[in-house]
Amino acid sequence: MHRIHILIAMDAHTISQGARSIKDAMSRELALAGLADEVRVVETGSLGIYDKGVVLVVFPDGVYYVGVKMEDVSEIISEHLIKGRIVERLHYLDIPTEEATMGDKSARIGKQVRVVLKNAGVIDPESIEEYIAHDGYEALGKALTEMKPEQVMEEVKASGMQGRGGAFFPTGVKWGFAAREKSDEKYIICNADEGEPGTFKDRLILEGDPHAVIEGMALAGFAVGAHQGYVYIRGEYRMSINRMQKAIEQARKHGLLGKNIFGSSFSFDLDIREGAGAYICGEETALIESIEGKRGEPRNKPPFPPSVGLWGKPTIVNNVETLANVPQIILKGAKWYRSMGTENSPGTKVFTMVGNINNPGLIEVPMGITLREIIYDIGHGIPEGKEFLLAQLGGTTGGILTREHLDLPLAVDSLRNAGAGMGSGALLVVDDSQCIVDLVKTFVEFFVHESCGICTLCREGNGRLLEILERMSDGKGKQDDLRLMEELANAMLRGAFCGLGQAAPIPILGCLRYFRSEFEQHLQGACRAGKCELHAENEAAA
Amino acid sequence: MKTLSDLRAIKEKAKKEMAAREQSAKYRIVVAMGTCGIAAGARTVMSAILDEISKRNIANAVVTQTGCLGFCDQEPLIQIIQTDKNVTTTYGKIDSETARKIIYEHVMNDRVVSNHVFMHQ
Repeated sequence: MHRIHILIAMDAHTISQGARSIKDAMSRELALAGLADEVRVVETGSLGIYDKGVVLVVFPDGVYYVGVKMEDVSEIISEHLIKGRIVERLHYLDIPTEEATMGDKSARIGKQVRVVLKNAGVIDPESIEEYIAHDGYEALGKALTEMKPEQVMEEVKASGMQGRGGAFFPTGVKWGFAAREKSDEKYIICNADEGEPGTFKDRLILEGDPHAVIEGMALAGFAVGAHQGYVYIRGEYRMSINRMQKAIEQARKHGLLGKNIFGSSFSFDLDIREGAGAYICGEETALIESIEGKRGEPRNKPPFPPSVGLWGKPTIVNNVETLANVPQIILKGAKWYRSMGTENSPGTKVFTMVGNINNPGLIEVPMGITLREIIYDIGHGIPEGKEFLLAQLGGTTGGILTREHLDLPLAVDSLRNAGAGMGSGALLVVDDSQCIVDLVKTFVEFFVHESCGICTLCREGNGRLLEILERMSDGKGKQDDLRLMEELANAMLRGAFCGLGQAAPIPILGCLRYFRSEFEQHLQGACRAGKCELHAENEAAA
Repeated sequence: MKTLSDLRAIKEKAKKEMAAREQSAKYRIVVAMGTCGIAAGARTVMSAILDEISKRNIANAVVTQTGCLGFCDQEPLIQIIQTDKNVTTTYGKIDSETARKIIYEHVMNDRVVSNHVFMHQ
């Protein structure tokens, strides 16, 4: 019997900090100490602690250690595991204990609620048994033995869950479109082409709990009548791909993918398709083109993929996080799901918090939480005593939120009124030492690089915007530039061919709206933050 | 796997193996493993406890260790903490045989083994 379980977080970040060699050293030294039969070392997904080096937890004590180095391994073993003395030097106390539980399993950790991430950092993602131990595949079993496809769809519809990829379209309604279609073949695609800068939630979900996504896809397949699914993962996400591949093989071996699952007439299988790293392939029709082996360019819409998708067949494209929610909705019901979040935005949302923040990382919070709670309670505020300037929510195409929005509940409708959206779940926090013009320039450089070039407004619009911003930060801006930027941005917003070009101007317009005076300052030759080297003739005057 | 009961069989087995990670176990069994405890034979006691728990299929207990409790002459010491009531029973001068008895009587059947109790609070 293993009386102690040591869970080591193995995600891209901790691996880069040497988590793998720590794990090997741990196993080696445990064997030397004669503890190999008493202590089990388990690889797990992200423990939600970022930027703190190698992270591990010792159970049953629930003690977290961070910044663990090779030389600490023997100390942890001899002090903690043998003598029961916590190594205070490495002890991480910022893990609030479980205060209350919602439903049965979803622990509430401080202001966080773990639904999608309930297994991340708890189970070994490469073990289907550990997923099953935490109610895994129970929802699929229930659906296939006790429910009709329409009931599964109705449950998801009733839950009010909206797609977590960024568009927040009601998932159940989307499924309904595909279910209505008469076709010999239908497809389920999981969009794991997470390309939004600052967003890494899908990667950590896939790395931490791949079976939840598989189960969600199988349930979607059952609801709409599809028998084949594809997980489209960007090629850079090596670890997500490997873990997903392993998970698919395990599920096949246990008969949870393949023919006649749970002895029913339903058959469903999955394959992985790797993306080559183009930002645009996260757009669902470009993604479909890419799976078909073509150049990743968006299609004309309508028709939408639920009617005409992959190889012309009805296709559902859902985000990783959306699919990972599905098993629990089926298992615990729509009512349970609606007990979290707000009336119009039920459930939780996974965010990745980056930028000028003390405690960056992966968090899951109920919808309707305020920016202030996220930044100051969970994120522990802005470092070095600086002030909050703005937050960009939803990646590079995300809207801009400022001090006046700190107490705005983060839900789809309230954000829409503020001209922002939740997007993919990246939260970039910016402090007051940053220059707005410099910041916007960084956004636009990204779009210039990622525009696929198919439509003029996006290709040329972003290029010209960058030109204007560059001359502004050189101190050579013209008085008419702000008007020109606004005109261009608005034209792109209305006229670009796909979501990329339409969304690119959103942060620019947001910054122009809230920080107009700072752009004007640049035109007069002054940069508040001192980031821009203003070489204009009027520099001396300023 | 063809039925829900096949799934549940795997679930039960895996759950048992993962019991150490559950923070909700009814009993925490703490073995004092300071230098004094180890010198008095705490490691043999620990092995006996682990063996007994796995033999008897006990799922509602976790085993952990602590340092010197300050009663070195009473070592090996073990504590049985009933987490839901926050009651701690400390047993002193334990050997592997009494440890096995305590697991059976106290942890499995809620009966305190009174002649070995050192402290009860």
